[in-house]
Amino acid sequence: MSWVFKTLNSTLGKKLLMALTGLFLILFLVVHLAGNLQLLIPDGGKSFNIYAETMASNPLIRIVGIVNFGFIALHAIYSAILTRYNKKSRPVGYAVTKSSANSTWSSRNMGILGSLILIFILIHLRGFWYEFKFGEMPYVTYDGVTYKDGFAIVSAAFGNIIYVIFYVFSMAVLAFHLSHGFSSAFQTLGVNHKKYTPFIQKLGIGFAIIVPALFALIPIVMFLQSN
Amino acid sequence: MNLTLKVWRQRNPSEKGGFKTYKISGISADMSFLEMLDVLNEDLSDKGEDPVHFDHDCREGICGMCSLYINGQPHGPHQTTTCQLHMRSFKDGDTITIEPWRANAFPIVKDLVVDRSSFDRIIQSGGYVSVNTGGVPDANEIPIPKVIADESFDAATCIGCGACVAACKNASAMLFVSAKISQLALLPQGKVEKRERAEKMVAQMDKEGFGACTNTGACSAECPKEIKLSNIARMNREYFSASLSTENV
Repeated sequence: MSWVFKTLNSTLGKKLLMALTGLFLILFLVVHLAGNLQLLIPDGGKSFNIYAETMASNPLIRIVGIVNFGFIALHAIYSAILTRYNKKSRPVGYAVTKSSANSTWSSRNMGILGSLILIFILIHLRGFWYEFKFGEMPYVTYDGVTYKDGFAIVSAAFGNIIYVIFYVFSMAVLAFHLSHGFSSAFQTLGVNHKKYTPFIQKLGIGFAIIVPALFALIPIVMFLQSN
Repeated sequence: MNLTLKVWRQRNPSEKGGFKTYKISGISADMSFLEMLDVLNEDLSDKGEDPVHFDHDCREGICGMCSLYINGQPHGPHQTTTCQLHMRSFKDGDTITIEPWRANAFPIVKDLVVDRSSFDRIIQSGGYVSVNTGGVPDANEIPIPKVIADESFDAATCIGCGACVAACKNASAMLFVSAKISQLALLPQGKVEKRERAEKMVAQMDKEGFGACTNTGACSAECPKEIKLSNIARMNREYFSASLSTENV
């Protein structure tokens, strides 16, 4: 098995792990967004609460959830390892650099963007995931069945303008991170083709705009509704 | 043309270098950048000072010997070699900052001269065909589709100057290594050893201390031979499939 570690420990292997975990997290964003959008259904949170309960009680989803945490951790740890390694590759920097002539800002600042997203994720997990799981949750009853009222927690949080601004800012950061990360992952996996690469690049930009925008729309709408 | 040059001066590999400013006048717009440096060096020699050391050889844009990080870009503002960069790209009164390639794997020898033998060692690790494949074959004796031949030729135009490493924020050599892997992997003579070659050359690249790839594309954008990023994707494919299929456990 030593060849597996040797491969994954090479510069190419480390990037492979970044790409694979990144693509998984992109898929996760879609699923998460599908759930979140139910917050906007005007039924007092019924659809959202039932959906949340269904997800939380499904053993398969719970396993995927654990894998997801693992992948977030791997993605963050490997980015730290790679950043350190890359810094060592150029111990003395240039006095003058004109990087804007040859690359995009997002592509050069994936580490900073990613770190901001990690901070967001930690605060986000403490505010919602931890509360849902271990906090003292209010309960609601629909058709004789009792559910945790996650909707109440979310609308309380999104009634706070500071939290809404932080959330929207973090989604903008996510947009820039995805604008490079999406297509970059395919390049690392070796997918570069005259037919597909232009499509992947456009899809990546589209994804980077639409998905964070929809995420950001929810707290804005809920904030306006709460006031 | 009158110019102010800020040039990195460093007497030897161990000494801590620094910038020195020189005023230079009477530069023609038709001179190449290296000819401008020749003028500077003649001035310095006349004054009894040590001339600025910089790498150059053919001065035709084909050998890959010239380097220089000029005003924040390898080989200066155009996608060409420094010898093919002309002073008409600058204005009278400009200040030009000239630095050596900066990379752990390219240690400074003196002033603007860096040691690029790490590239040679990557080639020595597998960038060749082990057996003698004979002389030039007759046309069409070995059928190769034109697109494949062109793709291989494009990769083979890499002159190994190291601009990709210099441009990359990680000082990564992926574009160079991928071009060398690609040019051979695409053709029948090189295909036989492509898996071992990919494994060995990537291992040597890592050993030399070049950084990893962030896919910023800076390398390709600055490459005087316009080597494409698709080569890096090909190298990744070759490396991962080699890792899965060779018998090197």
